[in-house]
Amino acid sequence: MSTTHVAETGGPGPATEPAVPVVEFKEVWKSYAGRDILAGVNLKIRRGEVMCILGPSGTGKSVTLRHINGLTMPDQGDVKVFGESVVGHSEAELAPVRRRVAMLFQGGALFDSMSVEQNIAFPIVEHTDYPPEKIAVIVAEKLTMVGLPGIQNKMPSELSGGMRKRVALARSIALEPDIILYDEPTTGLDPLSSEKIAQLIVDLNVRLQTTSVVVTHDIVAARTVADRLCFLHQGRFQFIGTFDEAARGGHPVLMEYFRSMGFPCGTGVFQAVKS
Amino acid sequence: MNQPQPSATAIFYKNLRWLRFVDRFGRKGQQIIEYIGGLAGLVAETATAAVSRPFYSAEVLHQMDELGVKSLSITGITALFTGMVLALQTAYSLEAFGGKMFIGRVVSLSLVRELGPVLTALMVGGRVGSGITAELGSMTVTEQVDALRAMAISPTRRLVVPRVIATVVMMPVLSAIADLLGILGGLLIAILELQMTVADYATSIWQQLQISDIGSGLAKTVFFGLEIAAIGSFNGLQVQGGAASVGRATTRTVVLASICILISDFFLTKLFLAL
Repeated sequence: MSTTHVAETGGPGPATEPAVPVVEFKEVWKSYAGRDILAGVNLKIRRGEVMCILGPSGTGKSVTLRHINGLTMPDQGDVKVFGESVVGHSEAELAPVRRRVAMLFQGGALFDSMSVEQNIAFPIVEHTDYPPEKIAVIVAEKLTMVGLPGIQNKMPSELSGGMRKRVALARSIALEPDIILYDEPTTGLDPLSSEKIAQLIVDLNVRLQTTSVVVTHDIVAARTVADRLCFLHQGRFQFIGTFDEAARGGHPVLMEYFRSMGFPCGTGVFQAVKS
Repeated sequence: MNQPQPSATAIFYKNLRWLRFVDRFGRKGQQIIEYIGGLAGLVAETATAAVSRPFYSAEVLHQMDELGVKSLSITGITALFTGMVLALQTAYSLEAFGGKMFIGRVVSLSLVRELGPVLTALMVGGRVGSGITAELGSMTVTEQVDALRAMAISPTRRLVVPRVIATVVMMPVLSAIADLLGILGGLLIAILELQMTVADYATSIWQQLQISDIGSGLAKTVFFGLEIAAIGSFNGLQVQGGAASVGRATTRTVVLASICILISDFFLTKLFLAL
């Protein structure tokens, strides 16, 4: 078994409240081409927190994330969202959960043939009976929230990488989800854009009172957004805890990972900064 | 003279070659069966989704324009020149038997029963089938299809159903126009090259052509349309990897759709002749 350290303190909310997991992984196994990507993973994500999944490329971070909304099904084990298992259900049966769990994809996954406005309006049109005027107001509001007001008529091809991700984020929050899944939100962006996106994740988590799960290998972004982080290595979470605990030397492999990313570790040189 | 006995190692390697051949053959067979099963599953899912809400009528109309109306030039030119060639060849082949009088009947029967539907299907298969695969394939690799699933929207319902309906509806229309243009091409040759009158040509057609000839030809195109759209969509949604995979899937669609059209044409012809 992995040396999993589960920090039950450090999450948001009063310390006296019992931690309520909105997402729970129980002994989840997943393999591709005979290789175990997830090997008995256990994880509880509490309501309202920002959980970062850290780890080197190709270790199964995105696969873990995709289990939460049922885009990927485990070979063994169970994944519960809002207390209900999402394993073994059809696409139609997963629809109610998916309406409450939004996902920001690595490349944004905006629909090329639609304008920014149509992209953001798309889930609203699909799942509500709102009149066009109300939808237009919601779209404008979401674009303002992500710091891009007035670009409704632009096409995705006219946007920079950072703008595409922010528009995709606006689309993700269009239906005001309870959980937002972020798959590598800062990958491929310059440091300034990365910082903007990271700050946006924190802001949205507070303003919309959502639970956020962020997959990243960007430690700077993780430091900005994470209430807790977990470190995926060799198919298991080798560390689960706060950034401070990780920085103080949470796990030898994690410390090595931090150092390889240029962060001095276990020395108390830096502390987690949560805006 | 005694033949030297093959060594145990030689026997082993000889058998190993056979085993490898059987293994490769078995794997290929398994792939083909899995492909047919997957395609049949998509067709069944499409049929179910096509008769239940929500309906994407605007998208169906858009696809009818994209896949149908915009294919008119390629199918029209093909049919026009095929009719002209048929008229020339008939006149040349049957010259000794006073073949001029048969030109109208040969051209119209060949086109309406066989060449019009099949050539139209092959042209549409090349243009539309490959287009569907390329579009859905690039949507798959850029995670747009996953984004639909994550938003609790069925990719089959949103992407496949409109394309299948549009192709199935537009194929008979394109084929009927192709028949007319082919017959017109024959008429042009009859008048300009063979010094026939319009009345002679029209009488020749009128004496031979039956409603059932037209009906069987157009009915075939409904099946061809289904084959083209289903194969194109399935190959597009199965793409994994990057741009190179999209290119390979597109080629596979053109080859497979063409083969399926020609094979099913034989069986449909037998079926309609028996009716």
